[in-house]
Amino acid sequence: MHSKIQIIIFIFVHKKKTFKVNHFYMKILVCISHVPDTTSKINFTDNDTKFDTNGVQYVINPNDEFGLTRAMWFKEKQGASVDVVNVGGPETEPTLRKALAIGADSAIRVNTPATDGYAVAKQLAKVVNDGGYDLVIAGRESIDYNGNMVPGMLAAMIDANFVTNCISLEVDGTSAKATREIDGGKETVSTSLPLVIGGQKGLVEESDLRIPNMRGIMMARKKPLSVVEPTETNAETNVVSFEKPAPKGAVKLVDADNIDELVSLLHNEAKVI
Amino acid sequence: MKKLKVMSILVYTESENGKLKKAALEVVSYAKAVADQMGTSVTAVAVNADNAETLGNYGASKVLLVKDESIQAFNAKKYAAILESAAKNEGAKVVVVSASANSKYLAPLLAVGLGAGYVSNVVAAPSSVSPFTVKHSTFTNKAFANTEITTDVKIVGLSNNSFGLVESDGSASVEDFSPSVPESGVTVESVDKATDKVSIADAEIVVSGGRGLKGPENWGMVEELAEVLGAATACSKPVSDLGWRPHSEHVGQTGKPVASNLYIAIGISGAIQHLAGINSSKVKVVINTDPEAPFFKAADYGVVGDAFEVVPKLIEKLKAFKAANA
Ligand SMILES: Cc1cc2nc3c(=O)[nH]c(=O)nc-3n(C[C@H](O)[C@H](O)[C@H](O)COP(=O)(O)OP(=O)(O)OC[C@H]3O[C@@H](n4cnc5c(N)ncnc54)[C@H](O)[C@@H]3O)c2cc1C
Repeated sequence: MHSKIQIIIFIFVHKKKTFKVNHFYMKILVCISHVPDTTSKINFTDNDTKFDTNGVQYVINPNDEFGLTRAMWFKEKQGASVDVVNVGGPETEPTLRKALAIGADSAIRVNTPATDGYAVAKQLAKVVNDGGYDLVIAGRESIDYNGNMVPGMLAAMIDANFVTNCISLEVDGTSAKATREIDGGKETVSTSLPLVIGGQKGLVEESDLRIPNMRGIMMARKKPLSVVEPTETNAETNVVSFEKPAPKGAVKLVDADNIDELVSLLHNEAKVI
Repeated sequence: MKKLKVMSILVYTESENGKLKKAALEVVSYAKAVADQMGTSVTAVAVNADNAETLGNYGASKVLLVKDESIQAFNAKKYAAILESAAKNEGAKVVVVSASANSKYLAPLLAVGLGAGYVSNVVAAPSSVSPFTVKHSTFTNKAFANTEITTDVKIVGLSNNSFGLVESDGSASVEDFSPSVPESGVTVESVDKATDKVSIADAEIVVSGGRGLKGPENWGMVEELAEVLGAATACSKPVSDLGWRPHSEHVGQTGKPVASNLYIAIGISGAIQHLAGINSSKVKVVINTDPEAPFFKAADYGVVGDAFEVVPKLIEKLKAFKAANA
């Protein structure tokens, strides 16, 4: 992350040029998780120990895409650089290229499988420290492992402020205002950079999401995608096996003219009312 | 002689305006089951909670109660620090938290603080305590994983409504606990929360509406049904994208997860992304005009019919049922 001294120097230079400084030039890192498309059928191989990637399409984790789009807004409206990072093998590069096509400036891939949330956070912490980022936007959770842990662990490792379930984010200078969803409502907080965000829909609206156009895709091919080797880390958890939910029994249909029966079934059979 | 540290199971019990949440009783019930498996006892940590001794009814033998006005508002870093001190004082090997937004916020911070491996969305008591192995949902409820936590200290995030409340004979001693709390760079400015409504996370019953309801003006009956049932209201993604309902009601793979006892889907087709998020609800009811709607494959009970006729009838019958069973 930026040291305080770097920030001070930057503002000083600006002042000398007599610019009015509301925002310093933010360095943003967006964490991109490479996940199966939401329509994917989930199956396992090797005696239910491995996810079956056969026929699976991969996409940018939806929560991360909202964050990336918000980062692009900062770049375009306030002046910021936007790098994207993924911890994973070479197979994740098309997903990083897509993020570049949406508008990120450069991409980093940490060349190691994403073994668990802790190991991923550890790799990201190194990228953030090496790159001196002011703002890191990750997704609240990935839609494959749903751990809800990478952004928080990362924030703790680099001692940055942290807001998750974030549905709005404004940055002014080094101050930030964020709204996070809480159970049954929302909460607005003030905080400051360096900051890690666990983002989700609301950071931008669904209609703000960008589909890369031809020009973006062409440009993405020329943008830098650097592959860095991992630091040594051990995972703290280890998946022993996967299982699928037990197959569901057939639905019991109730006649629309006999809603009494539905009430009775919910009370006597399902025992939920 | 060196004093041996007790090795209890620590559990974070959440309260709101002093009142312990139902999820708090559930995590204590769970912690008790883990404690029994490991031959130890349960210590609960509560912040500004009233009647903390009632946690004894669910298996806590000790409650560390933090009474501090300055941390009335939840703060992830401060609360994680409280739990970290408690875990270290107690020599806890396992820490149990719920799946609430706040618990999910603090757990990763606590995990780094304790050097503990953390697994969230856990749905059952450990299948083994050595190696420590838990079952949790993954791929947004499309599957489960059995995961081993290999660190010395472990954190388990329990999915709501997955274990249930289990009463216990014991009683709990309540001790004041006042660890030092760090500064936090995050300050709550305002909270916007309906106090009269149950949240999707806490709800036992969720009533959810989809695009089949045609427009926001038709949500009156959804709200009335929810009120009769004491349920939370939810919606499908397009409904929130269209602005018919707030984003906070969007459930599914890219919205909120639902793990209620009863989920009633009205005019929702049952797309894979929708089902993924609500699948861990125990009993599912669908009301839809189209008998081919995929939701019928995922539901326990279904009514093929027009929501505008079925829902008012259901409200009427439920009111009668409630009056008769009052
Ligand atoms: C990346 C991605 C992520 C997504 N994430 C989510 C998510 O998290 N949550 C989510 O919900 N969706 C999600 N979706 C969208 C999902 O694919 C579906 O489009 C959506 O769930 C459909 O919403 P619906 O059931 O309300 O609407 P529709 O599919 O339009 O279904 C409306 C249903 O109402 C029925 N109907 C019509 N009139 C009546 C009536 N009078 N009475 C009763 N029934 C009636 C119809 O028969 C139909 O089945 C996602 C999609 C993508 C691509």
